[in-house]
Amino acid sequence: MKSKKQNALPKQQKQPAKAVAAPKRKIDRYAVKKWFFGSKDTQGVGKLIAIYGLLICIGFVYLYPLLYMISKSLMQRADLLDSSVNWIPSVLYVKNYVDAFTSMNYVKTLWQSVVIVGLPTLLNMVMCAIIGYGFARYDFPLKNVMLGILIFSFIIPPQITMMPNYLLYNDLKILDSIKAFLLPALLGQGIKAQLYILIFFQFFRQIPQALIEAAKIDGCGHFKTFIRIAVPSAAPAILVVFLFSLVWYWNESYLTQLYVCGVLGDSYWNTLMVALKGFNDSYSQAGGSVTGEAMGSLNEGIKMAATMLSILPVLLLYFVLQKQFVESVDRTGITGE
Amino acid sequence: MKEIKNKEKQQTAAKKKRLSLKQREGMMGYLFVLPWIIGVLIFVLRPLAQSFNFALSRVKMTPKGREITFIGIQNFTQILQEDETFPTELAAYLVKTVMAVPIIVVFALIIALLLNAKIKGKGVFRLIFFLPVIIASGPVMDQLVSQGAGSIPAMNTSMIQSMISFMPGFIVDAIMGLFENIVMYLWYSGVQILIFLAAVQKIDTSLYEAAKMDGGSTWECFWKITLPTIKPMTLLNVVYTIVYLSNNEQNTIIETIKNAMFGTTGSKGYGYASAMAWLYALIVTLLVIIFAAALALKKDVYAKKAKKFRKEQKKQERLIKKIEKRGEQYEKQKAKRVAKAAKAAR
Repeated sequence: MKSKKQNALPKQQKQPAKAVAAPKRKIDRYAVKKWFFGSKDTQGVGKLIAIYGLLICIGFVYLYPLLYMISKSLMQRADLLDSSVNWIPSVLYVKNYVDAFTSMNYVKTLWQSVVIVGLPTLLNMVMCAIIGYGFARYDFPLKNVMLGILIFSFIIPPQITMMPNYLLYNDLKILDSIKAFLLPALLGQGIKAQLYILIFFQFFRQIPQALIEAAKIDGCGHFKTFIRIAVPSAAPAILVVFLFSLVWYWNESYLTQLYVCGVLGDSYWNTLMVALKGFNDSYSQAGGSVTGEAMGSLNEGIKMAATMLSILPVLLLYFVLQKQFVESVDRTGITGE
Repeated sequence: MKEIKNKEKQQTAAKKKRLSLKQREGMMGYLFVLPWIIGVLIFVLRPLAQSFNFALSRVKMTPKGREITFIGIQNFTQILQEDETFPTELAAYLVKTVMAVPIIVVFALIIALLLNAKIKGKGVFRLIFFLPVIIASGPVMDQLVSQGAGSIPAMNTSMIQSMISFMPGFIVDAIMGLFENIVMYLWYSGVQILIFLAAVQKIDTSLYEAAKMDGGSTWECFWKITLPTIKPMTLLNVVYTIVYLSNNEQNTIIETIKNAMFGTTGSKGYGYASAMAWLYALIVTLLVIIFAAALALKKDVYAKKAKKFRKEQKKQERLIKKIEKRGEQYEKQKAKRVAKAAKAAR
């Protein structure tokens, strides 16, 4: 912006030296126009305002549910019913959080969530790295067919395979335990594992062949090459897969409920997401103050508090590691080179 | 004799060894991929076959185990003719997805282009737009939608409803559902924005410079450079969006299938539920194919012209060769004739 002004100024100074006031005004208008709309190689203020305005508006729309959630979760019942209180609660009412905390059995559920999410994620990461390396480094018959199947298995709706798998876990007697998540992850079929395999595939393909051959000449075996050369150079990919796997396992409630927590909710295991899913019931069971029809609108604040509590861990993770998250798509070459 | 045989043996052995070295590499590859192969067999292909089998039969759960009787396509006809909710749900899903996919993809593209401009605080905006990917999960969305946080409060939905009330009921419902949860649909475009952004940033800036030299406006640059270049990304995003929308927990069909399988009231057995799932999968696949075809069919005009030109060139080359050949033959014949004449003269 400054440079534009500087460009415009010398012209103005030159012009009056020649003569009259009328052309000066014309030049002024031109400069203003240029300053506002921008020229072909610079951006005008008007354009910038438009871009910022749009971005801020859409950004607000994006954040709206989150802000709404935070605001409502801090309101007491009187505030919720009072139409004059719109965004800012009259008193910061923390009891909603306390109520949600106790009725979700937060500490225990959080710990179980971390276990249920963490172990399959680690396994997923390790196995996808191995499989992706196999696909990227070696040539073998039917490789292209296998890659085709890989993509196909990403697209098919899980509902088709869900029922037979449920029966299989039932037969293997690993239903309602974390093993029902560990077994598929061990065989490279965890949640969205296909995507991670593709990420690793892309990444390991970029390792120069000369490096691997040099390792071979120095007497590295196949596995040693993988561990000593491929893995260290794929650190960004590993981080990305770890983070996404963590988040997606955390957010999965359908399969978690089906396989690990039990459909009827009588299993030992529970995650925050599943707890949130059944929050209405569990809250009234735990002796929530209001029951019956009126409850729906009344304990809105507590519901929002519970929602906030259940996304809080990933939210914190996101704000701490935001750079890794946001740059992940760039770095892994999902966009295809 | 013996020596020769031994030599042959050695040679074949050597050959074998050389082959096996290559094969050994391949075997190592198989070893690395082996867990996945087993996984696919157990968790993808076997369930596919089994659920297809289920869909064509009646499955009864008895204390002894499963009892499967083959009944052909009865399950499917039953769903399509007798089920009260499932076909309408499928239709609603179809309409909703067909409308939501363009909205999400176009919106993602607009945001990506805005973010691509030279502005400050790009990181903060990216942070905001990627946030939903982290927290948008089924139960959270359920809670937010049920509290009415999914719609923009300033939007007048009843006016839109009165404007489109001439259309059939389920389409109106779908459109209204879309507008009422517009924020939620915008929330689904986090990954798409990043994919578009990465693609837009990779476009060679010299292309734009060249276009500007030739007097192209920004608008023309967008249509003639940006859009054609990121076309593959558009396809990727469309497929991703469809898959995401159909496997999303906000989707009522998934819940219906689950209820048909386990529910105490709506339970109709595994066979029936499998048939539902297959029907659903069929429609999702069809949607993907239709969208992909719509995007892929419209070939690049310049590619077409180039192809045409190459064809023409080949034709001309062939013609030239033909003429050359004829010329050679003529030369030969001429030479022969001359030789003959020379002989005769002699």
